[in-house]
Amino acid sequence: MANYYDSSDLRKFGEITEWSEDLGEKFFEYYGKVFEEGALSAREKSLIALAVSHVVHCPYCIDAYTKDGLQRGITKEEMMESVHVGAAIQSGATLVHGVQMMNKHKKLSM
Amino acid sequence: MATKSLHATKNKLSDPKEQLRLLSNGVFAADELPLFTEKLKASQQFPLQAKAIEILQINVGYMCNQVCSHCHVDAGPDRKEIMTKETMQYCLDVIKTTGAHTLDLTGGAPEMNHNFRWFVEEASKIGIKDFIVRSNLTIIRSNPKYYDLPEFFKKHNIHVVSSMPHYTKDMTDKQRGSGVFNQSIKALQELNAVGYGKENSELQLDLVYNPSGAYLPGDQKALEYDFKKALKRDFSIDFNKLYSITNLPISRFLEYLIASDNYEEYMYALVEAFNPAAVANLMCTNTISVSWDGYLYDCDFNQMLDLKVASNVQHISEYNEKILQNREIIVSQHCYGCTAGAGSSCQGSVT
Repeated sequence: MANYYDSSDLRKFGEITEWSEDLGEKFFEYYGKVFEEGALSAREKSLIALAVSHVVHCPYCIDAYTKDGLQRGITKEEMMESVHVGAAIQSGATLVHGVQMMNKHKKLSM
Repeated sequence: MATKSLHATKNKLSDPKEQLRLLSNGVFAADELPLFTEKLKASQQFPLQAKAIEILQINVGYMCNQVCSHCHVDAGPDRKEIMTKETMQYCLDVIKTTGAHTLDLTGGAPEMNHNFRWFVEEASKIGIKDFIVRSNLTIIRSNPKYYDLPEFFKKHNIHVVSSMPHYTKDMTDKQRGSGVFNQSIKALQELNAVGYGKENSELQLDLVYNPSGAYLPGDQKALEYDFKKALKRDFSIDFNKLYSITNLPISRFLEYLIASDNYEEYMYALVEAFNPAAVANLMCTNTISVSWDGYLYDCDFNQMLDLKVASNVQHISEYNEKILQNREIIVSQHCYGCTAGAGSSCQGSVT
């Protein structure tokens, strides 16, 4: 186990069910259902998944949803914009805490 | 972007035996992945038997004005394998008697065969329900002698099937060469102008989508929807259907997979996506593929791998539909390309 991440482990994702059959099966059923066409198109969901993959720093998910995007004909410009959406929310989430810092600063200062 | 075929550069992968050797070694020899025959056996579908012949696909030559990076034919301007008028005559004799409802001309760029127009005129006189020409589009714009092709196709009620890997310039040119996208757009507009692909027109214009890289094609209907929307919005182009076709790991695409270190991952993806339901509708079961020199194959891919039909009849000059119909299909690991996901054929998805 020289590395924490191995790209070929993605292919083994389904094996998590072997150690907890009921929960594993329920998870994959739910997962499959989430990505079906619904009020959002499968294409839109793929781009959301790609953005979230970056925000949660999941290399497996990034591999999976880059490939999924290519399969759907999603362009690299669309993919990069979705990553920026994720990044904007993430940096916004950091910066909005600046208000808390300001509040605390004001409260403690004369 | 390559400008020469593997054949011209004497690349070892231009040898079908070398390709087949590669496709049976590595992940397959190491038992990491099952052989295609084993998958067929596991789903009680081995041996794969041919059914009645419905499609006669004739490859009139490997010469092409393009050198696409994924081409399974290894076609290009340097390929000299061209069907002669004599072999075409044998084909015409077969077309007169065959029970097949579809005639499918392919290449290379079939239009580059000097006898192409004569052959189309003669074949069209016989009367075929569906007469397909697979045109790469840019050929129409490549030389003034081809400018009238849209009118010629219309005159003979040809069903035009054209390659278009994406509705954006970037992805199309990467696969098919610089400038191909713009020329293809012009050619599609010219086909539209004579009535192809228009609503209420009988002139059929279909597009073929191949992934521009080491991934499988997505859902055919969803891709068709996106292509129609984008081509209409950006270029006022109409077309009928989109066929989504998986790239098979042979010839130039195999070379690309190996050179880009994607081969194993791609084979895993194909094997994991094996769909037993696609096997029943594989095109090899209702098609005969004829090569430029008149030999018979189960499909265009087997033709490129030099895997002739397993039958006493192996050449168009001795064509016998009754004998050919009951043959066993020759399979190897490349066949995983046609059984992945929704399945793949020259007519797109099969399930």
